[in-house]
Amino acid sequence: MSKTIFLRLFAIFTLMIANFAHAQLRVEIAGVGANQIPIAIAAFGNESVAPSQVSAIIKADLNRSGYFRIIDTGNVMTENTPVNYADWKGRGANAIVVGSVSRLPDGRFDVKYRLFDTVRESQLSSMALTTQPQYIRVAGHKIADDIYLKLLGVPGAFATRIAYVTKSGREYHLEVADSDGESVQVALRSNEPIISPAWSPDGTKVAYVSFENKKPVVYVQDLVTRRRTVVANFKGSNSAPAWSPDGSRLAVALSRSGSTQIYLVNADGSNLRRLTNTSGIDTEPQFSGDGQSIYFTSDRSGGPQIYKMSITGGDARRVTFNGPYNISPRISPDGKYLAYISQRNGKFQLYLLDLSNGQEMRLSDTARDESPSFSPNSRYILYATSDGGRGNLAVVSVDGSVRQRLSLQAGGNIQEPTWGPFMK
Amino acid sequence: MRTLTSVFILSSALLLAACSSTKLDDKAPVVDHSASGADARSVGTVNTGSDPLNDPQGVLAKRSVYFDFDSYVVKPEYQSVVENHAKYLTSHRDRKIVIQGNTDARGGAEYNLALGQKRAEAVRKSLSLLGVSDSQMEAVSFGKEKPKAQGNDEAAWAENRRADIVY
Repeated sequence: MSKTIFLRLFAIFTLMIANFAHAQLRVEIAGVGANQIPIAIAAFGNESVAPSQVSAIIKADLNRSGYFRIIDTGNVMTENTPVNYADWKGRGANAIVVGSVSRLPDGRFDVKYRLFDTVRESQLSSMALTTQPQYIRVAGHKIADDIYLKLLGVPGAFATRIAYVTKSGREYHLEVADSDGESVQVALRSNEPIISPAWSPDGTKVAYVSFENKKPVVYVQDLVTRRRTVVANFKGSNSAPAWSPDGSRLAVALSRSGSTQIYLVNADGSNLRRLTNTSGIDTEPQFSGDGQSIYFTSDRSGGPQIYKMSITGGDARRVTFNGPYNISPRISPDGKYLAYISQRNGKFQLYLLDLSNGQEMRLSDTARDESPSFSPNSRYILYATSDGGRGNLAVVSVDGSVRQRLSLQAGGNIQEPTWGPFMK
Repeated sequence: MRTLTSVFILSSALLLAACSSTKLDDKAPVVDHSASGADARSVGTVNTGSDPLNDPQGVLAKRSVYFDFDSYVVKPEYQSVVENHAKYLTSHRDRKIVIQGNTDARGGAEYNLALGQKRAEAVRKSLSLLGVSDSQMEAVSFGKEKPKAQGNDEAAWAENRRADIVY
């Protein structure tokens, strides 16, 4: 009885905290692509009616991506303003973005935009988005995504979200933010550690490991309804959740047999099935894009290395061979790359393996990298790194040229990041 | 109750009087009061229901097993810690423990969680060999998430390569 009241009070307190006690992220750009597309972005017509300036969001997104050089137009241009292609080409712009914002009678906003190619002197794209005031930033990100797609041939991932864990004093938060670190929301607040958040493929749920019961237990939390489901709470440790591509089940690492082994379980916690069968460590499972294989970390050869096996069982094939310590495998959504953390010369650094030719590349200069995850367009990797003992996040493009650093403005540690999927 | 108290006060007073008289009289026959074993008047306290687990000076107060770098073997110097708890647990079948494994801060969270589990399991297996029932024990891991020692030097790392027995 008293426990129920306590839990209710705790829930209310958590909600109160969640509304104001989140930390702002600061994003610094540390490197850009070699070939940048020069693009003019006009101020959108009437955009000051909205809570955020849409053209500024588009500019910041494209600039941060590392593949664009922004040219300020210095004036307002709406989707109906005639475009003088020769004039813009003369000012060095290969493309120009124009648009407008208007408030609808029901309080929502209409955002319209057009993208022109000044070289081919034609319209490349146009969009009209109707959005709630709180999602005006998302509308800006969606326009930036469209520009990225039309000019680079790859969908942009600006309108996606990231999840990560902050630690400040004794308090841990599982937070969700837009890919630019804005619009931070607290999903879970605890006085015990939270690790290994993993997005469901539809982006509405996060699986994670929470130590709130004095041991690691795997939960799935519905971000919208706040409903939590215990997916794995067996004797021993329960950890390393990874979603199957269809979102119906998870791979987890459980120690119930006496050693840490990989199991498959339905997303509601039912139908547990053991996948690996060794007396050592098998952990950090990740599904391949087709859902038919599992990449994982195992110490079966001595130190930890990355292996791959079928979800139907059978033999595992070793994937990494360089260095004595390779952990945290992540497969790019397009299936081309494997990202992982490798220890070489005492440093734990982010590496990328091109699965088509076996070429390996180091992507970081830092010494304590952890927890990599791919952007859903497979172009970037988000990971945790630390700087003088303080945890930060970093983003690097798969070619190593574009770099960003995300840190908490108010100080404190930020760790265990994971990039969410494309959302509707 | 009151009578009892008065009796106690009276006897204490008599005892004090007896003591002071011996002490004051230097020429009295020598009685050795320092050797407690020989002192017929010394009183040891027995508390019914006392549990050796709660004795801060007892052998059971030692509840941590430390490990070498990259090692998951209980070292000989910690065998006594394991044996003392095994003795207690086999004679107290109603008591349960959690063995919490820990690692130093280097490397990934999940792999460290698995390494901490290996340390906890090593202690669990040692206790099991000494007769402790599986139903009395749970081995879990905190990995590198709950470091006892902060800092990034060998001293802090060594302190964190540890399994704790928690009742």
